[in-house]
Amino acid sequence: MSTTTATTSGLRRMLHQRRLVAGMIITAFVVVLAIIGPWIAPYGEHEIVGKPFTHSGSFLGTDYLGQDVLSRVLAGGRSILVISVLATALGMVGGILIGLIAAYVGGWFDEVLMRLNDVALAFPQILLALLVLSAVEQPEWWMIVLLVGASHAPRVARLVRGVALGLVSRDFVASAEALGESRIRIVLAEVLPNMNAPLLAEAGLRLTYSIGLVAALGFLGFSTDPGGADWGQMINENRLALLVVPWGVLAPVIVIGIFTIGTNLMADGITQLAEKGGES
Amino acid sequence: MAQVQRQDPQAEMPAGEPATPEASPRTRSTTTAWLLWLARRVGLAILTLWLVSVLVFFATAALGDPIRAILGKDYESSPSRVATLEDQLNLDQPLVQRYLDWLGGLFTGDLGTSLSNQLPVSELIGDRVVNTAVLVLVSALVMIPVAFGIAMISAHYRGKRPDHVIQVILLGLAGVPEFVIGILFVALFSTTVFHVLPAVTISAGGEGPWHNPGSMVLPVLTLVFAVTPYVARIVRATLLEVLDSDYVELARLKGIPEGVVMRKHALLNAIVPGIQVVALQLAWLAGGIVIVEYLFSYPGIGSSLVDSVRNNDIPMVQALSMIIAGIYVGVNLIADVLSILFTPRARTAIAS
Amino acid sequence: MTSAAPHEATPTTDQAACTVEDLSVGLTGRNIDVVDDIDLLLGPGEVVGLVGESGSGKTTVGTALLGYARVGALIEHGRVLLGERDVLSLDWKDVRQLRGQEIAYVPQDPASALNPSIRIGPQLVELLELRDIGTAEERDDRARAGLAEVGLPNDDEFLRRYPHQLSGGQVQRVALAMAFLPRPKVLVLDEPTTGLDVTTQGMVLETMNQLCRSHQVAALYVTHDLAVIANIADRVAVMYAGRIIELGPRDQIFAAPAHPYTRALLDAIPHLKQARALSGIPGRTPGPGRRPSGCRFHDRCSYAIDRCADEEPPPVEVGPDHTARCIRLDEIGSWDIDLGTVPDSDPDKTREPILSVRDLDVYYGRKQVVHGVTFDLGRSECVALVGESGSGKTTISRCVGGLHRDWTGTIDFEERELAKGARSRTNDDRKRIQYIFQNPYLSLNPRMTIEQIIKRPMKLFGIAKGKAATDRAVELLEQVALGPTVLKLQTNRLSGGERQRVAIARALAAEPDILVCDEITSALDVSVQGSIVQLLEELRKSRGIGMLFVTHNLALVRSIAARVQILNAGRLVESGSVVEVMDSPREDYTRELLANSPSID
Repeated sequence: MSTTTATTSGLRRMLHQRRLVAGMIITAFVVVLAIIGPWIAPYGEHEIVGKPFTHSGSFLGTDYLGQDVLSRVLAGGRSILVISVLATALGMVGGILIGLIAAYVGGWFDEVLMRLNDVALAFPQILLALLVLSAVEQPEWWMIVLLVGASHAPRVARLVRGVALGLVSRDFVASAEALGESRIRIVLAEVLPNMNAPLLAEAGLRLTYSIGLVAALGFLGFSTDPGGADWGQMINENRLALLVVPWGVLAPVIVIGIFTIGTNLMADGITQLAEKGGES
Repeated sequence: MAQVQRQDPQAEMPAGEPATPEASPRTRSTTTAWLLWLARRVGLAILTLWLVSVLVFFATAALGDPIRAILGKDYESSPSRVATLEDQLNLDQPLVQRYLDWLGGLFTGDLGTSLSNQLPVSELIGDRVVNTAVLVLVSALVMIPVAFGIAMISAHYRGKRPDHVIQVILLGLAGVPEFVIGILFVALFSTTVFHVLPAVTISAGGEGPWHNPGSMVLPVLTLVFAVTPYVARIVRATLLEVLDSDYVELARLKGIPEGVVMRKHALLNAIVPGIQVVALQLAWLAGGIVIVEYLFSYPGIGSSLVDSVRNNDIPMVQALSMIIAGIYVGVNLIADVLSILFTPRARTAIAS
Repeated sequence: MTSAAPHEATPTTDQAACTVEDLSVGLTGRNIDVVDDIDLLLGPGEVVGLVGESGSGKTTVGTALLGYARVGALIEHGRVLLGERDVLSLDWKDVRQLRGQEIAYVPQDPASALNPSIRIGPQLVELLELRDIGTAEERDDRARAGLAEVGLPNDDEFLRRYPHQLSGGQVQRVALAMAFLPRPKVLVLDEPTTGLDVTTQGMVLETMNQLCRSHQVAALYVTHDLAVIANIADRVAVMYAGRIIELGPRDQIFAAPAHPYTRALLDAIPHLKQARALSGIPGRTPGPGRRPSGCRFHDRCSYAIDRCADEEPPPVEVGPDHTARCIRLDEIGSWDIDLGTVPDSDPDKTREPILSVRDLDVYYGRKQVVHGVTFDLGRSECVALVGESGSGKTTISRCVGGLHRDWTGTIDFEERELAKGARSRTNDDRKRIQYIFQNPYLSLNPRMTIEQIIKRPMKLFGIAKGKAATDRAVELLEQVALGPTVLKLQTNRLSGGERQRVAIARALAAEPDILVCDEITSALDVSVQGSIVQLLEELRKSRGIGMLFVTHNLALVRSIAARVQILNAGRLVESGSVVEVMDSPREDYTRELLANSPSID
């Protein structure tokens, strides 16, 4: 029995996890950039600084309308960040609810729920969003949140159900049952706290996919704000000039890439941390 | 297997029921049991497909009014076009009736008529299905040996420097969206740095894109880069798990040469997870093509889907979605059957 | 039970089939020994028992004989001589050649050690085939002969089976046959009967013994179970914290153990023929890297003096072929096995039944697993439910605890009928019947602190809250010999034994009248089991708690219970007072069970 408390040793273990630390630093960098970007941008989001696709403006040149690329990259992070985080949160909450209920109730209910889940899984995530958007004139931001979140939910539910099934069959749940604990309390106080690590890792992974999906929708031309600064949309707008002024495309592509690398490293670091923690 | 959960374990492991120890494996009814199992499994696949069709149909009707979306500003000004479209989409009929008509059409091969150019959908997508199939298969054929090779190298150097380097690279690639990888390739090979490969797929006069192999390099490369990290990571985890198993240890302690241990004891038991992984990725490719085909203007169902969604061409979208979901269900069915065939425990559980 | 061969003298080095000298295995890249300073001789036809508790390094020694260390460990130095050749300095290819053919290994858990994708027949002859021994027919004949030797069918149908189509005992015998097939000279058996029922274990041990004697194989039998060793070994090596601390002929080890650790272990073991006051060893076995200097046992030893912490004790001769590592051998006196003996519980004592089970039928789905079981339990009385796996003993206890609801019959508690599931019972019933689970690694929520775990029942049953609850939690922890320092810890800081004490404290927190104990010591080392049993005994006496004690260990029953119910395949075979049933069993099944139960007396 060591005298160090669980919290300090947990923190120390976390800092020893290089991938986790690297992931957190990269993610924090992109998030901070996206948040303060509009304030530090040299030009306005829609300000025309020169001829299209030239080297005027700041060092990244101008875009298809002659707007400053750097300023638009700095301004275009907020929407993707907010939509991705909300969609991830929605998908996680929905998936956790479905998965937990399926695992704890079990029986035919679980059977039906998981069958329906399989149906949802038959759609690649991007397809589900496109399917609905095909009948929509102009996508709203909440639609993207809803669609990306909904496409995560069955995948999260599947993981949660698997982890929860392993926990529900453990004797500490039986012990709580024997003491007559309420069902809600068993799920919330006994089962859920034991899923922290896999849930955190899954959230990191889902956030990675959310960023990719939201950016991809922008890239395919389904933007919530046509003409507005948005990383995905910027790629689409400036694609034709990749040959001339590549930064209009490359700059948003690179920030998206860095962002996803960061969140993915974080998710993996959490998994590793949990594995090592389990050993002691 | 914690790393394995990096991607949705979409393909379900066959659930082997605990076999009765003294059960005789050969019985007269083995064939019947197999047929029953297969019938049940195919039935489930059909049920899933039916539910998929419900979802496809109602999702396209869920959030908006297709006619308003198609006509945009013209909606107010030209009531005659609204009426034509309403007629074409049978909007005067109840939703359920329209669904049943559409479902009936699916069974008879009538996929409806495209709204944007008034041609039968099946005619429009026939060639594209073939083109996409070629793209996916070529990518899979490149990806499988590459991914398994990387996994084996990584597992061989387990815990040493090469393994760490490979893991970090794979991890870095794993989260990056496929269009990011694709654009970087275009920038690198077709425009800014080297001008060696075409950035778009040009297929003249209905010829398949494979008649111009150079134009297929970048789409294939992008898909391979998008998929390989997952496969390699999962296969590595599987290999390590098998190598740590008691039976591999016993085989070594029995004095079996390492080569035989690997070939006979380890790989034999890694086949099933391998099948699952490949199935998973083929299913994933069905979604990945949407963006990659659009990026490279590849004439397949993916780019066609994007165009149709933009044009609010709902019959096209519905048909293409059914095809993509159908690929997923089909691949899963095949993977399940193969997994059962390669798992003695599951095999005998069915037979007895 | 098997009869061991008459005691032979330790073989000299040139007679030995296998000699281990100064063996040391450490963790890769760190200067930490898992085992060190191991010297051992194995004579032809001799069975040497290597016994130790978890963490002692016994399995590491076993596999090191084959020149093999698990991932993360490394054989640092030493010699393992097979005749003239040193396994540890041979070329890698030659070591592989030796394995299987000259020195073979029988794994701990054959169910996972046989390749699930290869049929029994090909798996048996795999090695012969690779080494080109005999023709295909000869190999086939040998495989069939080998299966016959271990008492298994050897028809084509059996050879075509996959491992999962065999029972646990059959799998273990296949593994034995596989090891013997290339006719090795030395055999390492790594706890080969763990997880088998006593009857099956008896058969496997018997087979192993006969094969070793008839083929003149030198066997190293690695186990944690002293009772098994007592029945099969010629000589015994006792390991503690990576060292052999005592080595000698079997009869000497069990009749006149010299080392304080061996003595403490023997004090913790229950006997079949007589009740004993079991005791445990305080503290826990130190793992690699945490072992104390000097004598590694000194911090838990009741004979230790200051000098023990400084001096590394060398092996000292205490009798013919009998050595022990202790510097106080001459000062600590002799040991008497009968010291721990206590009178059996009085069969004629008046009983005051508080729980009675009548005509209990239990189902899992459509399958009936318990048939018409009737028994009762008195206040302050311990009743044992005994049976092999599948006998329904745990199922019955789960019905009593309200954890399984699919049953018919009646369970009366103080003459009131109990509802089926815990949820439909009254709060009072739930409070007064507490259930303790087999595996303390699964029964305590790893996310909660010990304090939260113990306080929960107090809160639920309105026994105490706030400061009063904390005081009571401290008091309970002291009763289970843990102390208040663990209050704020999570369970992953505790050893298995400590966790089980927390589980007991949680049950006591509800102030129960009945404790249902489901195999609560089977996941623990024998020295820990001793102290848990000691604790339960005190609680029973001081608090008047009735105990339903589920176990497969008949010897343990003798020491803890007053009455016993023998179960087989869901039916009650025999029941009565422990003295009656165990001294004069009426049923054949009970007699067979008693005969197969390994015991050191």
